[in-house]
Amino acid sequence: MRSIRTRILTAVLTFGGGALLTILLAPLIGSTPISVRRAFDWSVPFGDNPDAQIFFIARLPRTLAGALVGSTLASAGVVFQGLLRNPLATPFTLGVSAGAALGAMIAITFAPALAPSGIPAAPLASFAGSLLAVGIVYLLARARHRGLSTNTLLLAGVTMNAFFSALILFVQYFADFTDTFRILRWLMGDLDVSSYAPLVSTLPLVIASFAAFVWLARPLNLLSLGPDAAESRGLDVTGAQRVAFVSASLATGAAVSVGGPVGFIGIIVPHLVRLMVGADHRVVLPASALFGAAFLVACDVVSRTVMAPLELPVGIITALIGGPFFLWLLVRRR
Amino acid sequence: MLQAVDATFGYGDTPVLHGVSLDIPAGALVGLIGPNGAGKTTLLRLLSGTRRPSAGQMLLDGSPLSVRSRAALAQRIAVVPQESQLAFDYTVLEVVLMGRYAHLGTFAVEGPTDLAIARAALEATGVAALEERMFSTLSGGEKQRAIIASALAQISSSSRSSPGGEILILDEPTAALDLRYQLGVASLLHDLHARRGSTIVVSTHDLAFAARVCRTLVMIKDGRVLASGPVDDVLSAGRVRELYDVDVDVVRHGSSRLVVPRGQGDTERRA
Repeated sequence: MRSIRTRILTAVLTFGGGALLTILLAPLIGSTPISVRRAFDWSVPFGDNPDAQIFFIARLPRTLAGALVGSTLASAGVVFQGLLRNPLATPFTLGVSAGAALGAMIAITFAPALAPSGIPAAPLASFAGSLLAVGIVYLLARARHRGLSTNTLLLAGVTMNAFFSALILFVQYFADFTDTFRILRWLMGDLDVSSYAPLVSTLPLVIASFAAFVWLARPLNLLSLGPDAAESRGLDVTGAQRVAFVSASLATGAAVSVGGPVGFIGIIVPHLVRLMVGADHRVVLPASALFGAAFLVACDVVSRTVMAPLELPVGIITALIGGPFFLWLLVRRR
Repeated sequence: MLQAVDATFGYGDTPVLHGVSLDIPAGALVGLIGPNGAGKTTLLRLLSGTRRPSAGQMLLDGSPLSVRSRAALAQRIAVVPQESQLAFDYTVLEVVLMGRYAHLGTFAVEGPTDLAIARAALEATGVAALEERMFSTLSGGEKQRAIIASALAQISSSSRSSPGGEILILDEPTAALDLRYQLGVASLLHDLHARRGSTIVVSTHDLAFAARVCRTLVMIKDGRVLASGPVDDVLSAGRVRELYDVDVDVVRHGSSRLVVPRGQGDTERRA
């Protein structure tokens, strides 16, 4: 067996190369053909340069958003699967997305009246909602146990998902047709951010979470033996579970505030990656982050072009691929 | 070397152990027997330092377990559970290398020394040929050997400064195994004790296994030590009856002892 150093390096170079290539090519593909040379021709004023406008305002932020959301959801998926010791867990299993959806919904329905300042309220509110949901789940899981009970986490997460869905329907009942339409579009997951601001504002949180993920790689390996076995091998199990839960939840909340609850990335990518590189989280985590970025950016290119000039929300594409994939996984597991 | 001094422990409001005192000298091969719910697993948890007694003390080389770091403890004491299920598909070698966790710095990766120790452990447990296999594809007995190898890798010191200092704790290691694999684990423990000088504590419901493998036995009942001492002294019909509330005969069969239930129907009626 090759040394773990070599395996990590190989994975980072291979998946990193793929991600870089995808991110570089994606902004060039679209319903309107553009010329790279003209887009980067600084002698033409930006206002008179449609190629540059399409490249820098429409496509590049969208591509970068895809990379950010894709890599975050994919690696958060790995962490949640390791934490819950369940390969079928997703970043949304513990109620993050439902909380975020409720927050976004409240903002879309009521915020225009509250905040006429022009600050987009939906991303902030969705992040607050996801924090609320995971906070409740965390307290529930801690209340009943010495450490964190993964069974309680799962049950609390499933219950919170159902409860928040009820609240979402309640809020929707009071929304008018335009708001309902915007809410639905938000739920589909859409990377059309059309500015760099949401990326810049979520980046610090994502970087902090990724730093935690680097530390978590080895603890997650041990946790897959079970909490008792991990503890007897010298791991602070409760500490590792807390770090995993908090960092993966924050990262997921940040990603959802940018692109909405884009489904299935957090389960498709980790599984494909494990098939390719094995189970060691020190390889799986970086590979999933890079592959997740490439995967979502590629899905977004499909969503922008498959019915051009119509631009489908990318969540539809990932769900169309992800649903059958999830079923295949379910059937394949003996 | 490893001692329990008047150790008391409970989960929440449920008391489990009441003032258990136990002395496990270096190089001992101790069997822990007793009915379900007597507190065997809990006592093993206290001995391994993953739980702390609410009263009394656990001592390793005369100093309390609680003053040592998790890593320092893990380098001396390893635990083998009854069964191991992995959440993901790791290879056997990867599982064994997980035993090296406590020996590595936060962001360090396993080096050649760790790999050599892992391979030696696989060799010692007789599953060296399986190192590339997926753990999930092994049979129950092979899994148990791989997990014991992981435990050995955990307590193997890279400098070999303290030979014989390693302590292996096994919680009903044969409960899920068929006869052949039970015998395999028995001879493996025998080997580890004889060749490496490992100190071994093993809990079991299998009295024949306990009699064959162990040098000393500790009987636990209702969270207290009922009896302890050399196998020949402890494993008597009277003691076994007292331990399990079952009438038995203890008969010699060759070099080993067999515990044979007597008048089982009567016992059940009485219970």
